[in-house]
Amino acid sequence: MSALRVLRIGPAASIQDQGRAGRLDQGISCGGAADLLALAEGAALLRQDGGLAALELAGMGGAFEATAPVRIALTGAPMVASLDGAPLAWNASHLLQAGQRLDIGAARKGVYGYLHLGGGIASEALLGARAAHLVSGLGRTVVEGDLLPAGTDTGRETGLGLAAEDRFQGGELRIVESFQSSLFAQEVRARFAETAFTRGSRANRMGVEMISEGEGFAAAGQLNVLSEIIVPGDVQMTGDGKPFVLLREAQTTGGYPRIGSVLPCDLTRVAQAQAGTALRFRWISLAEGLAAQAQYDKMIKALPTRCKPLLRDPAIMQDLLSYQLISGVVSADAEPFESGDIT
Amino acid sequence: MSGPRSGAWSVKATRGIDTAPVRRERGAKSTVNQGTVGGDVGAQNTVKFPVIRTVGLTGLLVTFADQLSEASNRATLAFCEALKSGNGLPVQEIATSLASVFIRFDPTVISHAALQDHLQGLIDQQDWQRAELPAGRRLWRVPTVYGTDLAPQLEEAAEAAGMNVDQAIESLGSARVRVLTIGFAPGQPYLGPLGAEWNLPRQTELTPQVPPGALVLAISQFVLFTAAAPTGWRHVGQTGFRGFQLQADDPIALRAGDEMIFIPVTRPEYDRLCAADPHFGGASREEIAT
Repeated sequence: MSALRVLRIGPAASIQDQGRAGRLDQGISCGGAADLLALAEGAALLRQDGGLAALELAGMGGAFEATAPVRIALTGAPMVASLDGAPLAWNASHLLQAGQRLDIGAARKGVYGYLHLGGGIASEALLGARAAHLVSGLGRTVVEGDLLPAGTDTGRETGLGLAAEDRFQGGELRIVESFQSSLFAQEVRARFAETAFTRGSRANRMGVEMISEGEGFAAAGQLNVLSEIIVPGDVQMTGDGKPFVLLREAQTTGGYPRIGSVLPCDLTRVAQAQAGTALRFRWISLAEGLAAQAQYDKMIKALPTRCKPLLRDPAIMQDLLSYQLISGVVSADAEPFESGDIT
Repeated sequence: MSGPRSGAWSVKATRGIDTAPVRRERGAKSTVNQGTVGGDVGAQNTVKFPVIRTVGLTGLLVTFADQLSEASNRATLAFCEALKSGNGLPVQEIATSLASVFIRFDPTVISHAALQDHLQGLIDQQDWQRAELPAGRRLWRVPTVYGTDLAPQLEEAAEAAGMNVDQAIESLGSARVRVLTIGFAPGQPYLGPLGAEWNLPRQTELTPQVPPGALVLAISQFVLFTAAAPTGWRHVGQTGFRGFQLQADDPIALRAGDEMIFIPVTRPEYDRLCAADPHFGGASREEIAT
């Protein structure tokens, strides 16, 4: 069986898939990859199922050695990657031969990068998924010396690339009202959307702190709310009125009131924001939210058709050039650094 | 910025639903919900229960009360069971919290309006606060050491409740409490309600860590910790009960609606029981007859 041996790895790297939806009544939140779009991109590049597990790298990269030929794909927060010292394109699939060494550097922007294997990472499934859910005691972080076994790989294709959507630089988060929104005065909700936020220093797979100047966003009766179900995207106000956007690994219930809920399709933008990144919220109606999410779901379904051979597609070539990763991939005569970074 | 707006959307119905509390009189025909979203803060205090509200993009929440009570929790469990046993409702997940039932669904399969209609129809069928509890619940008797160095906050909890330690053990050790909900951590039960004398506020300072099996108390409820954790609740008892064991056939021992009694035992008995039964510390389980 093919596998990657972990020679070196940053802290907080873990195996992730789509998580465990449907276990709220057991006290287990769904969890899964912080950037589900990256998971889908990796599956598209390897022409395989989106439910397979990949390695999530949190800010830091790692070094890996192939024990046998194995296909890989690299997605999510762009990191500088090389194979036996030769640069590798990000947002692309590649073939590793036995004994070859893959090096991945720190994130150039964004937070979570993903290393996918052909056939997925075939680690032990726990309660129906391979995703580590650390606060629930399911799985653990990946450490030096671990072996990441690949599942049966029925695909052959490598050398595909994808012009990935840039969700690594913050921006606007669309938010819908939810069942506790009315605990917040109209004025507070309006001010919330007029406020410029930056991502705070407190952030992990459970949630992300939002920092702003001026007054907080307290609810009336803040401390007397009955604990209630949490869904990913909920924006919870702590006692001092400071917002946290809750992600997929948040606890299943919570007593802090929530002003609204960020659209699932915008959550990747939250998870991928580095500390200090500027973010804003924009209220939209439920109808607008459903339409936006439907459009996103359609885009995810179409990802496989957008994967093109690396040497032929001009859009992807531009992307590669923007990383200055031209050696071995394109002619050194090409004009390399003109294009914008379109990750 | 125009501020929050109400939505008007559906797949199969022309009516909309928005995030405002939605209320129809019992037995009333389905009506267009024209309520403004949210409204002022005061409106929250005048909400009539049960109420159906949206949760994010793909959830609805049926809430039976804004306070926990035996009756509101009973309504929640009974309604959840009725919803689950109803045939073929195309939803993705049904789960309860203390006094609400959460339904997650795919709005491209069933619209908000259609699901809301279904829920309202079920709400209107009976007074859920007087409903029978679901079948298939279990009664657990869990040997428990109250106080000692294993559970060092019994004394202060007793004092706060206006009792001496013996009275507190008598009161807590004879209480038959319900698993009101499972939440926060895998398999972790919120239990109650205990009497009003146990309506103690959470501590302002967190206890840095209590061990697995810790029985902690606040706001007329117990939590029985499944894993070591910090807590603002008072540590009054210690059990050998492990509510979440990944390697077990049934990793999550408890279900919402189960009942528990925390039987007082001495420290030597506790030690012996835990040695003989490292999973459940000598706890017994029986089906509750219906």
